[in-house]
Parts: sequence; C-alpha cells; structure tokens
Amino acid sequence: MLPIDLVANWGKPLAYLFYLLVGIGFGVSLETAGFSISTKLAAQFYFKDQTVFKTMFTAVLFAMPLLFIAVGLGWLDYDRIYVPPTYFWPGVVGGLMLGAGIIVGGFCPGTSIVSTGTGKLDGLLFVLGAMVGALLFGGTVDRFYDFSNSSYMGRFTIPDWLGIDTGVVVFVLVLLGVLLIWGADAIERTWKKREGLFDPATADKEHRILVGVSALLIVLGTIALIIGQPSQADLWNRVAPEKQPLLDSRAVQIHPAELREATYNPLMKVIMLDIRDEADYNLYHIQGARRLDIDQMPSLIPDLQNEPDGTVVVVMSNDETPATEAWKILVSKPGINAYILEGGINHWISIYAPNAFDPIPNPPLPNQPDDTLAWQIDQALGANQPGATPTQKETGIEYTPKIKLQKKAPTGAGGCG
Amino acid sequence: MTIATPSKSKHKSPKPRRQPKPYTNSLLAGLLLGAVLFFAYFISGDGLGASGAENRIAIWLAKLIAPGWVNSTPAYIKYGGGIKQPLDHAIVMIGLGVILGGFLSSYFQGRFQRGTTRGPHVSPKLRWTLAFLGGIFAGFGARLARGCTSGQGLNGAATLSVGSWAFLLAFFAGGYALAYFVRKLWN
Repeated sequence: MLPIDLVANWGKPLAYLFYLLVGIGFGVSLETAGFSISTKLAAQFYFKDQTVFKTMFTAVLFAMPLLFIAVGLGWLDYDRIYVPPTYFWPGVVGGLMLGAGIIVGGFCPGTSIVSTGTGKLDGLLFVLGAMVGALLFGGTVDRFYDFSNSSYMGRFTIPDWLGIDTGVVVFVLVLLGVLLIWGADAIERTWKKREGLFDPATADKEHRILVGVSALLIVLGTIALIIGQPSQADLWNRVAPEKQPLLDSRAVQIHPAELREATYNPLMKVIMLDIRDEADYNLYHIQGARRLDIDQMPSLIPDLQNEPDGTVVVVMSNDETPATEAWKILVSKPGINAYILEGGINHWISIYAPNAFDPIPNPPLPNQPDDTLAWQIDQALGANQPGATPTQKETGIEYTPKIKLQKKAPTGAGGCG
Repeated sequence: MTIATPSKSKHKSPKPRRQPKPYTNSLLAGLLLGAVLFFAYFISGDGLGASGAENRIAIWLAKLIAPGWVNSTPAYIKYGGGIKQPLDHAIVMIGLGVILGGFLSSYFQGRFQRGTTRGPHVSPKLRWTLAFLGGIFAGFGARLARGCTSGQGLNGAATLSVGSWAFLLAFFAGGYALAYFVRKLWN
C-alpha cells in the first residue's frame, strides 16, 4: 500500500529526483496559471482577477476527493500521509502575516520562487525577504516560544472535529467549494464587463470550462462519498490473509514471562495496553499498563506508528478474546508491532501471584459474560497487588520467545519542513 | 545534482518567442496543480511546499557566514546544527523544482521576461522595497504557521486539517483586510 518511504526504498538520489520533478510540476502549474505576476495575484483582493482563489480551490477540490477515493479503495494509507498538525492560533497569526505579505509584497513564498524563475526581480527580492523573515523568526522565537507552541491539537482533521464521516465532509466541501468558485467567477465577470475586457466568445468558452470542471469535481466528490472510508472490518479483511495465520499458530500470543523479560530488555520499548473496564483495572493491573477502551484504539494508532524502531505493543484483557480484537485493530495498520498477553491477566496472576487470591469457582459458567477475572480480588489495589510490579528480570520460567523486533514503516513527515 | 536543461535543438538562443502564449484557464491550471498535489501525496506521502526550502537555504547561507550563530540558536540547530546539512532535504529539492518549473514553463510558452511586475503608480524601487518587506512578513509568518500557502494551505486543505483551513481563512482575511489601505500600490 502507498505511500512509500522514497529515501529508504529508492535511495537518496532517485528520491530527490522525484521531489525535484514534483517541484517542477508545481512550478509549471503555478506559472501557467499566471502566478508569477504580482499584479495578477494582488488583483484577487480588489475583486478583479480571481485566478488565485479559482486555481487554488480547484486544485484542493480536485486533489481532496482523489486522495480519499484512493484511501477508500485501500490504495493509500491516510495514517501515513502528511497532514499538517494543528497549532491553531500560531497558524491563524501566521496566516494573517502571509496575507499581509501578499498584499504588500505581491507574492507568497511559492509564487515568489516561480516569479524568480521567470526572470522577475521583484520575485527575487520577495524570496530574499522571506529568507530574512525566516531567519528573524528563528532568532527571536525564544521570546514568544509559548505562543508559538500554543493551541497544539496534533493531527486534527475536520471529520475528527465534527464527528462526521470523511466521505460526507469531502462531498460537502466540494459542493461548497464549487459554489465559491462560481461566486469568484461572477466577480471576475462583473469586473471584466466594467473594465471593457469582456469578450463574449472567450467568456462562453470559459463558462463551458467552468461547467465541465464543476461537474468533474462534483462527480469525484460523489464517488468519495459513495466509496466512503474503510471500516475496521475492511481494514482487517485486507490484512487477514497475512495476519490470521499468526493468530491461529499462536505466534503473537506471548507468555507472561516473555512480557516481563521484555520490559527489562534495553533494546525494546514495551507499551502495555489494558483494555478491560476500569473496575477490573483498579482491582489488578500490571505496573505500567495503560488502560483504554477498545473504541479509543483507532485514535491512538498515529502515535503508535510514530514510536521508534524496537517498540513492542502488548494488549491484554482478562483472557484473550477482547485483546485479540484490539490486536486486530492495531495490526490492520502498518508499522505497529503488536502482541497479545497469552491467557491475559488471569494467566499473569496464576504465574506471578498464584497464592494471593482465591480462584473463582468454575469460571466458565454458561451465562457468565466473556472475559471475567478468574480470581476473587477484594481490594482495588491496582498495580500494588502481589506480582503486579515485577522488580527484577524474569528468571527461571521456560517459554517460547515470540517477539520479533521490526523496522517501522515510515510515516509522512514532509510538507514545509 | 540532476537538473534538466531545456533542449537546445529547437531553440538556439535563450530569447523568448515573440508572441507570449496567454495563461492557461485558471480552472484548468487548478486541475493540473491538483493533479501534482495528489500525485506527490499518493507516491511519497508528502505534499508540496516552498517556504521550507527558503528557510533551509537561508540557514545554509547563515551557516556559511556565521556557523557559530547557527550552532547556538536552537531554531537553526534543528536544520543546520553541527554536521547537519541544511540543504539535504526533500523540501529543498521541491523548491529547486519550483524555480526550474517556473523557468521552463515561461521559457517554452514565450513568457520568460526579465523585469519587475508592479502597479501603474509604483516605481520599480518602491516595488522592490515592498517586495522585500512583504517577503519578511511572509517568511516570518510561514515559520510561525509551520508552512506557507502551499505547505500549510494546499496540503492541509486537501487532507482536511482543521488548522490548515483556519490558516487559509486567515490568509485571505489578512489580504482583504489590508487591501484597502494599500490600494494605491496596485490600482
């Protein structure tokens, strides 16, 4: 599944050639739209030539449904593409400054570079100014460090914010965006008529393009809506041929002793996720295990994917059934090296605190809910219970080692870095 | 470094053709730009960008002149501290591509033209000063926003980042709010 880490897979020269070609494509698109001419860019803000808005929004509304169709079809992994992280207020203030930059200086960073390429001296001076501005920022950021890092929300997307399906968000944004493009077109038409630049033949041709492009964008938006985004079941089905055998051959269910050993292994970073309810967690949990509900799992995935090589995620429940479901969510995404605690907390207690609690008689009652504690625990001592905080490395228990360290799949980290 | 050069068989001199071709329809140019954006994301997982290259080139120059200053300023160390090579980054290649793409496109469509673009009542000197000043604003703002109109705006809008949509709104709001006060520069 795409994307691929170009530098790791192709080597630097070829990867950099790719980025150079992307840049050329970017530069050609901007030049051919007329973005090298500062007066054309500034005209946007005087209700005249609306190229800036029309070109930018057409580009966004074209790329957006294509991206989410590719994600919906399982060709592209949304978790591994670069989504600019949200620092809300620094972003807004920075945006205002770029707005000031374009109306005073006539460009934004990208268009000034293009303009330099077409031989314009004002473009070059803007580029030099932007370099000075960037250095100025780097030299003074210590004085407003707190503001610069404020209102950080991480990778925060509109579907996350509104709690609406991605497909619906894409479709509605495409419709709204097309309306705005028609609005910009009407503004431009009025201006042309006022200035006597209106030519019926050209206008007719431009109108046909407007209708055609709008239709194309709406069709793509509709396809993105219909395909939707992959559900958890879809994601699992894609990887099931590879991962189900691991479950069946019990290659990922690690013995409690192996977990204990791993937490003392300097080459590993063990992340323990306990997905039982809070009551059971408070009664007994392994020191260092983080509790969360299974539906919180997907939002944790980008963080887990960004963990370094050598990270091992171990999910646990009272027995194995819920932990197995959680494991399926984790391994449906690339880049997470996940395991299940074999036999769950019940097994752990039977090994590390065999005499501390009475076993609940006949645990597998027919009407008993799945995944219950098999031990009678009276006090909610959590990790202070016997055996819950191993103070030394595991010794003496024989087990089959199953943990294999993985090299992580890359995550998108580019953009304006 | 691999830099494509325009074929010399057809054009013997760097002079443009006499008749510059008109600019592409803004919507069709938008489709082309969108296709480039999609393609970059689809293959590499990275979008487009421009201010990142300017930042890195600026730090590279600063390091040539005053390496001690770069090595003692935290915000520069990230890009060019110690043995770090500020230019060794994909975003710099994209930036070089943008300038090359601008040149190739203008050259082959007869629009390459040395000069200064300016409003009717603005002298070249004033225009250069304001371009430099606007550049300072933009360069500073792009670092604060962690991306410019491309790296934050285009990338984030297409991938549905909340912060990027707020950024774009602020960008247009800033432009429109100031437009009246500087109208003599452009009209």
